[in-house]
Amino acid sequence: MKKRILSLLAALVLAFPGFGTVRALAEGTGIDTSALDMDYYGRYQDKGYSISVYNWGEYISDGADGSLDVNKAFEEVTGIKVIYSNYDTNESMYAKLKTGGTSYDIVIPSDYMISRMIAEGMLQKLDFSNIPNLHNIEDIYLNQSYDPGNEYSVPYTWGVLGLIYNTRLVEDESVVASWGALWSEAYMDNILMINNSKDAFGITFKYMGAPINAETTEQVDKAVELLKAQKNVIQAYVADEIFDKMIGEEAAIAPYFNGDAVTMIADNPDLAFSIPMEGSNIFTDCLCVPVESQKRELAEMYINFMLEPEVGLANTEAIGYSTPNRLVYEQLDEETREDPTAYPTEEELARCEYYNYVGAEMSLYIDGKWAEVLTADEKYSAMIMPMFLGACVAGIITLNVVRASRKKRES
Amino acid sequence: MKWYAKLYTRLVFVFLYLPILVLIVFSFNESKSRANWTGFSLHWYRELFHNELILSSLRNTLIIALAASVIALVLGTMAAVGIYAMRRKWFKSIVMNVTYLPILNPEIVTGVSMLLLFVSFSNGIQKFNTWIGGTAFSFLQLPELQLGFLTLIIAHVTFCTPYVILNVLPKLRQMDRYTFEAAQDLGCSPRMAFYKVVIPEIMPGMVSGFLMAFTYSLDDFVISYFVSSATSQTLPVTIFSMVRKHVSPEINALTAIIFVVVLALLLLSNFYSAKKEKQMMGKEERE
Repeated sequence: MKKRILSLLAALVLAFPGFGTVRALAEGTGIDTSALDMDYYGRYQDKGYSISVYNWGEYISDGADGSLDVNKAFEEVTGIKVIYSNYDTNESMYAKLKTGGTSYDIVIPSDYMISRMIAEGMLQKLDFSNIPNLHNIEDIYLNQSYDPGNEYSVPYTWGVLGLIYNTRLVEDESVVASWGALWSEAYMDNILMINNSKDAFGITFKYMGAPINAETTEQVDKAVELLKAQKNVIQAYVADEIFDKMIGEEAAIAPYFNGDAVTMIADNPDLAFSIPMEGSNIFTDCLCVPVESQKRELAEMYINFMLEPEVGLANTEAIGYSTPNRLVYEQLDEETREDPTAYPTEEELARCEYYNYVGAEMSLYIDGKWAEVLTADEKYSAMIMPMFLGACVAGIITLNVVRASRKKRES
Repeated sequence: MKWYAKLYTRLVFVFLYLPILVLIVFSFNESKSRANWTGFSLHWYRELFHNELILSSLRNTLIIALAASVIALVLGTMAAVGIYAMRRKWFKSIVMNVTYLPILNPEIVTGVSMLLLFVSFSNGIQKFNTWIGGTAFSFLQLPELQLGFLTLIIAHVTFCTPYVILNVLPKLRQMDRYTFEAAQDLGCSPRMAFYKVVIPEIMPGMVSGFLMAFTYSLDDFVISYFVSSATSQTLPVTIFSMVRKHVSPEINALTAIIFVVVLALLLLSNFYSAKKEKQMMGKEERE
């Protein structure tokens, strides 16, 4: 029996490698090579090179629904194999790089993480003579505060944090013109709050009229009071459940990113997006090369490839986030280009700030305060946990005593 | 059975299987939503077989689970036989407690300590290599240790082995000690007696230990999260990395397929063992 199960499992394992490769060989990705500089991309052909790319999950065009499979296309054009893996947060990517034992050639951190990684010497300076497509990037996305000389990073996508609301449930638009909407008792139990400390505090700071990057602990303490008060009106803290809840009209107002709002509005046209007047957070995720990478030139070729108009367009369409690439923007259909959700006005963007790395001490302080917010609940008594543990211990002791005495009696 | 006993059993089954059922139903949903039904479609199944990342993670997961559980099976069986043969009681109980440790230890502790071990080991190897590289013994240079399949398999074997031991030991205790001696009296060498008498006797324990190890390895997330790398991302890690955007319904489709395959395997194995039992019964009757 065991043999049978074993052989079945082995057959399963052996059957799987087939799928992907067979298909790739049979079809090709259909990338239009005529627009590409093949002298440049052919440089490392047939050398058996590979690069390892560490990206966010679901953050690339992967061939779903007949779109361009970007990694496959890169392999096809350059002959360099792409080893692709994913992470879920900037912090987990940072931890993975920091502990070592692995080597990645491309990572895609967000702005504040880039500034931190530069400060800690974790990124390599790029040789932009190998990235001729950099001039496709709109100037306003270069030389940002996280990488002032623009030596380490190439923008991949950008977006803005804002309020997603249901126009049928929120009829008065002036409500969502302020972050105060997330504290409004009129929508009690119909408000969702974002479940990560960075954005939750960022929103609260902006609501208070304070800078988005905490400067003093008093500022944080004030925000904590507001966040605790907010717990009475919100329905839940959410991460990606927000998609289902907003589309399914289980909630009226929620904060999230404009790119995801575009996706949600496509599924439920009653939804809309607003960037509150107090201002908000703008983020940029950039392609970077970690300092451990031995293959900077191959990585630069990958970065350059990502900036090709055809590739960039496929990525923007798959991810839904906005593109910093001028040529890609020009190729978008007019509806998307004019969509104020995907591409907010300059005036709105001027009110937005980047997150910066606020230092280890302040980060720790904020994380501690966030835990305090999450666990704060007036109904919860501080004695419950010790009492529960005490009861457990007492239970175990009586059980043992009873058992021992029974044994004694029996013997 | 009384009606309330029946009701209770049914409630237990509903509680256990309803979530899986919902998940499978939504794998046929047309839209990306996990809550709103928009129409029947096989779209996500088609996409699944075109999604190289998910397929390669699945392949990694299966290879690692198979390798780790086979190694754990061999190691665990040997360990169980050894523990069973121990004479000194206090020593036996110490070894048993050490065996329990990887199960009781929070996974995150195991994960982090494994990671630290591998990283310090790989740093050690690098230092050794540069040190010996300058001497005449440079041929002694060790292969570099990077996080990947090897480290994942080592980590999985570590937490899988106790399950095999704990499944095999009771079978050894149930076994009649004297059959082993009888086999030797009848001319078996100890090794032969082990294969001919002991192994068949403890086989059910080995099978269940192996299956447990396999399933634990298959769905381990925490430990794999720490010790995996670019080349060896497992399926649970891939799924977790999707939380920023939206976990893709392709995962529902995949889970549905895995569920059906496992169910079929279980039914098949039960069918065979029932058939075998019948045959045995028939034989006994004839005799």
